[in-house]
This record gives sequence, C-alpha cells and structure tokens, in this order.
Amino acid sequence: MFRLETAENPQTLRRIAIDPVTRVEGHGKVTLLMDDANHIHQVRLHIVEFRGFEVFIEGRPYWEVPVTVQRLCGICPVSHHLAAVKAMDLIAGFGPLPATAEKLRRLMHYGQIVQSHAVHFFHLASPDLLLGFDSEPTRRNIVGVAQDFPEIAKQGVLLRKFGQEAIRHTAGKRIHGTGAIPGGMNKGLTQAERDEMRRDIDQMIEWALGAVHMVAALHRTKPEFYNHFGEFESSMMGLVDADGALDFYHGGLRALAADGSTIFDHVDYGTYEEVLQEEAKSWSYMKFPHIRSLGAETGWYKVGPLARVQVASRLTTPLAEIERKKMMQLGGGKPVMGTLFYHWARLIEALHACELIRDLLDDPDILGKDLMADRGERRDEAVGVIEAPRGTLFHHYRVDENDQVTFCNLIVSTTNNNQAMNEAIRSVATKYLDGREVTEGLLNHIEVAIRAYDPCLSCATHALGQMPLEVDLVDADGTLVQRARRNMREAR
Amino acid sequence: MTDFETFLLDGRPVRFTRGQTILEAALAAGHYIPNLCHHPEFRPHGSCKLCTVKVNGRLGAACTVKAMPGQEVASDTPELNGTRRVLLQMLFVEGSHFCPGCEKSGACKLQALAYDLEMLTPHFEHFYPSRPIDASHPDVLIDFNRCIMCELCVRASREVDGKNVFALAGRGTASHVVINSASGKLVDTDFALSDKAAHVCPVGAILPKRVGFAVPIGERLYDVDSISTQAEKRVGEEV
Ligand code: SF4
Ligand code: FES
Repeated sequence: MFRLETAENPQTLRRIAIDPVTRVEGHGKVTLLMDDANHIHQVRLHIVEFRGFEVFIEGRPYWEVPVTVQRLCGICPVSHHLAAVKAMDLIAGFGPLPATAEKLRRLMHYGQIVQSHAVHFFHLASPDLLLGFDSEPTRRNIVGVAQDFPEIAKQGVLLRKFGQEAIRHTAGKRIHGTGAIPGGMNKGLTQAERDEMRRDIDQMIEWALGAVHMVAALHRTKPEFYNHFGEFESSMMGLVDADGALDFYHGGLRALAADGSTIFDHVDYGTYEEVLQEEAKSWSYMKFPHIRSLGAETGWYKVGPLARVQVASRLTTPLAEIERKKMMQLGGGKPVMGTLFYHWARLIEALHACELIRDLLDDPDILGKDLMADRGERRDEAVGVIEAPRGTLFHHYRVDENDQVTFCNLIVSTTNNNQAMNEAIRSVATKYLDGREVTEGLLNHIEVAIRAYDPCLSCATHALGQMPLEVDLVDADGTLVQRARRNMREAR
Repeated sequence: MTDFETFLLDGRPVRFTRGQTILEAALAAGHYIPNLCHHPEFRPHGSCKLCTVKVNGRLGAACTVKAMPGQEVASDTPELNGTRRVLLQMLFVEGSHFCPGCEKSGACKLQALAYDLEMLTPHFEHFYPSRPIDASHPDVLIDFNRCIMCELCVRASREVDGKNVFALAGRGTASHVVINSASGKLVDTDFALSDKAAHVCPVGAILPKRVGFAVPIGERLYDVDSISTQAEKRVGEEV
C-alpha cells in the first residue's frame, strides 16, 4: 500500500476537497482527510471525468481514426492524431515514410509542443511562479501576470501562436486538422508558409531561451524550496532515438530508476505490454500503469518533460542541451526529483522544439513533394507511440479484415503520471499542510504540485463506465456538509 | 421562331424551355435554389423538400414543379430559408453527422447547405441512432448513420446499374435504406465500386474504402466556394 493513499479510520476524519482543481485541463479533484490536530491521513487525486472513447472508436474504419481520435481531447489533438496515424501506417501496410512526409509530421508535432508548453507555462503556471503561491487568489491568474509582467505575457501569447501556425500549415487547420494520413501526409508545405515561419523562428528561440533563464533565476532565489517542493523518488520513462537522444516523434522506450540506473532501454514500443502493465483502482477513473518487472508497488514512473530530458542521454540542439546540463547539475550526478523542476524542463523542451523547427525549416526536404510511402502487406494489429507534450502516449489498435477497428487501448500521458501526481501531492501535503490550519494559500500548494505535471484530465479518463459526477459542499472550515453523487463507484 | 419563355424568380426573369422544372431552369440560368435529393441525371424525387419555393403564393418543390410562363417564384426569402434551416436541423439530429471524423466533410451536400443557410446549431435533441456500419464489401463502406434517405443510391442502382442493390424499408421515422441480399450485407450483392450507385451519395454514407482524407481540408469541393456560389458559376451546364 502506498503511504497516505488510504487512511485507516476515515470515518473519524475531517475531509477537505479541492474541487475542481483549477488551471488544469479537464476536471479532477483532491481530497484530504485530516484529524482534529490537522494531521493528514489520506491524500488522493481523483478523476471525475469520463469519455467512452475506446468504445466509440470500435467499429469505425481505420482511416477515420487519426482524424476522429483528435476529438478525444481539445488540448493536444495533434498528439492523438500522430500517435493514431503511426499505428495506422502499419495497419494499412505502408513502409517507411518519405523524408518529407516524416519531417512534416515532425514539424506539426514540434509546433504542438511549443504551443502546449507555452500555454501551460505562461497561462497556467506563471501566475503561481511569478506572483506567488499564496498571493491574492483573485489576481493569481494570467490577467494578474499581464498586469505585472506585460512583456512575458506577450511572449507567451506569441509563442503559442507560432506553434499554432506550424500546426495549421501542416495539418490544414489550427485544431483538428487532417494533415497526417495512413502512409504519409495529404499536403506539403509551400515556400510562402516556410518563409513565414522562418522569419519568426529566431525570435521564438530567443524568447524560449529567455523563459528558461527566467525559471532558472527563480530557482536561484529560493533553491531549497524549488529543489525540494513536492520532491519524491521515482523512475522515469521516455522515448529516445538510436543514440539515446530525446526524440519527441519516434524512438525506443527507455526507463531509468531514481538513481539514474537503467531499467530498460530501446524497447520496441510495439511490445509495450511486455514492459508495462495497467491497474485500476476503485477511487479514480484513471488507471495506474507500472513497469511490469518491478510490480505495482515500486514500478510506477514519471513521464513528460522532467522525465524526458533526464532519461535522454542528450538533446540534439545546442542551446537546449546547454540548458539541460545546467538544470541537471543541481542533482549532483543523480536525476533531479523536485516537482517544480517540471517547469524548468518544460521550457527547455519548448526551446528544444523551437530549435528543431528552425532546423526543419532550413532543411530542403521540408518543401519536398513526395508525401506518401509505398504500400505493402496489411497488418491486423499495431501500436503507435509519440512523446506528447505531457509525456509518452500509446495508441494500440486491432483492425479486422473488413477494415473496422475491433480493439483500441490508449495509455495517455497523464495516466502514465497518475501515481507520480499522487506522490507529489502527498509530499506537499506532508511538508506544508500537516499539523497546520489549512488556508487557501496552503491548499494552492497542492494545486501547484498537480499543475506542474500539466495534467490533461479530460483525456486521461477515456475508458470506463458511466459519466461520474460528484459535488461536495464544504463549509468554511473545510468540513464536508453535504455530498451529491451520480454514477460514482465508492470513492472514499 | 419560338422565343424563350420566362418566369420570375425572386423578381428576376429566368428563361426556360418547356418541360424543365423550376429548379432545372433556375440552375441552368445560374440561380441557386437549395436542393439535396435532386440529381441532374435522375428523375425528380421530391423527398427532401429543401427546394421548396412559393409559386404564385403556393408552396411547391422546385424540383418537381414544371416551369410555366409568367410564374412568380419566391425562393430566397427569410421565411423559406428559415424553414429550410429547420429541415436541415431535423436531418442533422435524425442521423449521426459527426463531420470532423467524416471523409466526406467539405464535399458533403448536407454540410454545405448547413453552412450556406447559416444553420448555427442543431437546435433539436439528437436521436443518436446506432445503425450498424456495413464494411463487408472489399471496396465500399456504408455508414447508414449518415444516410438522409434521398434514395439516390436506390435510383442509381436500379436505373443506371440495373442491379437493384438498395431499397427503402420501414415507415415514418422507422424508414431506412436496406441492402437487397439474403444476409442484408453488401458483400452478398453484385455491387461494385464502379457502379453509379457507389458515387451518388450526397453525404458520407456510401464511400470508397481506404481513401480517407487524401484531399486536405481547405481544398475540398465546398471549401473553395460555397455550394450556392458554385451553382451560380455553373451557368449553362446541365445541373
Ligand atoms: S445512402 Fe446516401 S444516396 Fe443512399 S439514400 Fe442514403 S443518403 Fe441517399
Ligand atoms: S431537391 Fe426538391 S425535394 Fe429534394
């Protein structure tokens, strides 16, 4: 059993609910059980949203899936689009993609990373970091940041817009495009589109670098706090290329333990079920995956920016690699584990993605016209994996001889981080809340820890049962007065 | 010498030849009247009622009413367009028209009309039908969740292909298109991808397999010009 997952005597305890957790994508809630002396006995991040997506996709023809699956989530549709199409490339029997097609997909994907990381940092996280965790809550938002730090807010908006443009030029639309199709791409990039992005990219790199420096400077103001806030030891997983460098679009799975030692490396993601296992728990609609060889107790892991930049042996672009090394120095030879390092790593990735985009735009292949691979043998089962902004994303399909999907399993990034997020809030609750009178500012510490993962709760819960709903009425002391629930399995 | 005869469409004279319907004459003259079940190669069907106009003050389907000299026809009026929107809304909720995931999106007549007539919401409650999709045929996929029962496939298979692959069954709200084979499956008919019936569906119900999204969004039929603009540009063609 995990520490603080389940209290021994919940009936005697006071319950505090943070519902909904704000400034995250989707709907989640946190419950804390405390005794009269404010000691914490139980902390859980619950997921109370649901989408029956796997069921919805079953029976559909395979070529629709990369487009339909984007509806799973409005937040990073491109990631689902690409993970699905990578699986469908294989199902439809296509061989390796022409260089242009793969580079266009990469451009689309890096655009998604820039836009998603920019939204997260500037819109969702910067209010806490720049204005303070317990600053006045009514101002602790992007409007407050725009008032106090107008330049930073503007850069955030423009970085996001740049990412969206990269998506639009490759996918046809800013959201829910159709650019990638089984076997390649349906549209090339025009010279004008390339030139337009090339004109702006150096500025984007400069701003992304500035943002990394800003977070690094914040760390220097309170190193103890930043290094240890929400700190806990965990394994980490991400995709790496054949040389071990981070690859957002394609590679083998690598997992490292908290001390930096290798658990597995260059695992063909088509065999992910041999190394990973998913477990359901009664109190959350999000599953708990873990590394099979280590078991459920110790096999959980982190994914996403902080895992990726540390799992990788290096980043292939110069500025981002320098920044990665600077951050990792703070671990003294071991991976850094503080939750707030996620922000730092996320911005290093945004910088990396900007540099990768520049390299792609300078590559003559990007304007190529050869967009489709050759077709060979059909397959009836395939897995597509990608490093989505929030972490490793798995799409697994079986398709019958009539071209209909008969099986679909998705492990989304946020689900991979489920246990890690629970550990993070338990760490924060123990350190900052235990034994103290709970205030809004202290509760926000919990939310800060969750937000660092940039969880997308709406796509983490695509799999089970009926739409659950729970409403808590909590009085000023945080005592539960009344609860209404619908279709919830016992979630205590 | 037989001069052209004319009727008035929204106050503008439209020339026609005897035997033409109001819709045919209007389209040939580059004046658009919304229509859905009409197809220039087939006899009028008159089922969707999108083409409803007022002829000398009385409602009639422009695709079935013959043009006559001196008729005063009203089509592009707020009242008629409002009714057309309601018809479209009913079609949308009665089927399952999930445009973002549909290969036909951008080339679908139903969707194009909804844009053209500025249908902003489905308004009515969705029926969410769950009709099985027929993927049994090696080359053609049928998703009857998107069928609007224009019977073009029924007509094309019977009149052009000489095969009778499709038929309408049931009554009222229960009416639906069925496949004429013992198993009810398309694979057990003599249907072929080269059939006319494989290419007449105005929506995404009958589609060739494995060609999803080859044409990018933005370059599809109605992405370039709206359905009415296209009709207006096709003056003189047989439409
Ligand atoms: S399948 Fe298509 S062509 Fe046939 S009746 Fe339905 S909408 Fe019309
Ligand atoms: S087009 Fe006239 S009734 Fe359908």
